[in-house]
Amino acid sequence: MPTLIEMIDGSARSVDDGFVFVADDQDLPEGDLILTLSRFQTEGEVLLSQGRRVGVKLLADQEVEALAYDLPRLSVVALDFPKFGDGRSYSNARLLRERYGFKGQVRAVGDVLREQAGFLLRVGFDAFEPADGSSANEWQAAALRYRHVFQRAADARAPVYLEREA
Amino acid sequence: MYQYDTLDKAMVADRAAEFRGQVARRLSGELTEDQFKPLRLMNGLYLQLHAYMLRVAIPYGSLNPTQMRKLAWIGRTYDKGYGHFTTRTNLQFHWIKLRDTPDILDHLAEVDMHAIQTSGNCIRNVTADPYAGATAEEVDDPRVWAEVLRQWSTFHPEFSFLPRKFKFAITASPKDRTAARVHDIGLVMRRGRDGALGFEVIVGGGMGRTPYVGPTIREFLPVDQLLSYVEAILRVYNRHGRRDNKYKARIKILVAALGTEEFTRQVDAEWAKIGAEINLPDAEVARIRAAFAIVDFETLPSRSETFEAAKAASPALARFARNNLKPHKRPGYAIVEISLKGIGETPGDATSDQMEVVADLGERYGHRDIRVTHEQNLVLPHVKLDDVPAVWAALRDAGIATPNINLVSDIIACPGLDYCALANARAISIAQLIADKFRDPDRAENVGELKIKISGCINACGHHHVGHIGILGVDKKGEEFYQLTLGGSGAEDASLGAMLGPALPYDRVAGAVDTLVEVYLRERQPGERFLDTFRRAGVAPFKEAVYADAH
Ligand code: SF4
Repeated sequence: MPTLIEMIDGSARSVDDGFVFVADDQDLPEGDLILTLSRFQTEGEVLLSQGRRVGVKLLADQEVEALAYDLPRLSVVALDFPKFGDGRSYSNARLLRERYGFKGQVRAVGDVLREQAGFLLRVGFDAFEPADGSSANEWQAAALRYRHVFQRAADARAPVYLEREA
Repeated sequence: MYQYDTLDKAMVADRAAEFRGQVARRLSGELTEDQFKPLRLMNGLYLQLHAYMLRVAIPYGSLNPTQMRKLAWIGRTYDKGYGHFTTRTNLQFHWIKLRDTPDILDHLAEVDMHAIQTSGNCIRNVTADPYAGATAEEVDDPRVWAEVLRQWSTFHPEFSFLPRKFKFAITASPKDRTAARVHDIGLVMRRGRDGALGFEVIVGGGMGRTPYVGPTIREFLPVDQLLSYVEAILRVYNRHGRRDNKYKARIKILVAALGTEEFTRQVDAEWAKIGAEINLPDAEVARIRAAFAIVDFETLPSRSETFEAAKAASPALARFARNNLKPHKRPGYAIVEISLKGIGETPGDATSDQMEVVADLGERYGHRDIRVTHEQNLVLPHVKLDDVPAVWAALRDAGIATPNINLVSDIIACPGLDYCALANARAISIAQLIADKFRDPDRAENVGELKIKISGCINACGHHHVGHIGILGVDKKGEEFYQLTLGGSGAEDASLGAMLGPALPYDRVAGAVDTLVEVYLRERQPGERFLDTFRRAGVAPFKEAVYADAH
């Protein structure tokens, strides 16, 4: 299982993943689960009523709008990177935070490399399953490599034009 | 000109440090070439036929003499003593060693330069009018907004992995020197009825295998809403642009597939949900604007006796003045274009020595301001007429006083088979053969404005679709053939060229261009450019003449 790195308030740490991802054709294990969108839509209600924590994994071509009404009940939204260069999940993440005010975990899964860390953090991801074996320390260094940012995004960082005013 | 402050400098330094680490990991074998490739491409480093190519960003084609000297020095130290100015107004070094690149980036950073976003599927260097700040035609200085876009797009966290590369052009003049209508986004500034400044927003133009002149999706976007609106466009594109086929991944394909109306509706719907806080505060726009204000123009008479006397004494200077000088907004000043299209030279190439000459001239006579045009020439935008004779003499001594701006030998050509792994055919040597046909400057001047653009393959880096005469290299059973098109334009009257007829072999191309020009000279009516005559007379007389001997 890939390591899970959580990044909160600028500090990254490796954590035990409390969630199990279940594919559509797998039996449901006990505990807290991350489901595909279609499985969530058929079985999510029941699982939530059992008192489990539930997350949904969206593929890059699935849009967060599909989850709009369910977000308050979700603990995790995992967004997939089928390839390093597929940037659709950046938009999904940003909309989750900025447009829907999602407060749960937004997790990057798939072809997730250290070189994306800074971008991912800025659009609202706070958990990462690196595919390149990055440690929490390496991840943190990469994510915070740039001392300044030029534009607003889903994080709280002040763009350079506000730093200049200050 | 805009000056980097400590914050801008820190961004560049951080990037250079990051890349140094990545190159070290590659050289030590920790990264494979496959893993390294996307990283080097984020830093403008390509692997070409013979060596690495490093593409240095020249934001909106604007640089100062210190930067130009540094480019010259890098060319001499790490390349073969020259560099190549591109149609994206960047500079490419074609003979670079991987292990040198971290040092090169550090040297560039010393003069506030870098290779950020010169490759990859991100927002690339913004093209702006090379006459910005100097021409009387403009309603505002487009560099202000190009700089706004530079900052906003640099390391944009949401839009750094788009379906495909993304290019902006921005102009504030009715005469378009940026090819705005064949860009992913073209912004044409104008004033509204109430005098307020805004942009006409054109989306989905482009070249490549499926060329389009882009449709206008908003007639008037108030300037202060630029960033929220382009975020909306980019978001629609990032989410819905095709990613399954790189030849169908540009925004033009999305716009064409949805139709302009539906695309516009989606953008407007997204825009309505984006908060106004994305837009830049007025204070920051004012700070940027102040950086572009030149305050030390002298008050001069509009006629310079020195200049007039020098022209009378030197027909060569007079010819240079007719073709390479453009009107400046201030009396007694001129815009001086420096052609990098010397007859027999590679279009866009400049030696390190030549770059230093231009740097010195910019320092001494040009308010420290140098521009690169997307037609691969250089510009000194603010030269006193009194100083033009000295500038011309220095350019002549350096071999870059070719008096052919916008003439038949001012050709755009992509690197083609000489450098590019994708090429079907040579482009540079075709340009050289054509230029040679028009070696006689009287004849070239008599022909007048004629834009020839040559691409070595369908990717159209040489913009052949919008050439008055476009030339496309094709492969016919392993031989170089060339498809000619007529009547294209990348300017305010943008259009795509129409096919002339069957492709021609390598050794017939320059002769065919000669024939086309002869037909034009025969058919033209007073005041008509080649393009105008073609548009009036149609393809028939041209076609007939070129293919006459085939019958
Ligand atoms: S048009 Fe083709 S040959 Fe020319 S530079 Fe582009 S890809 Fe290479």
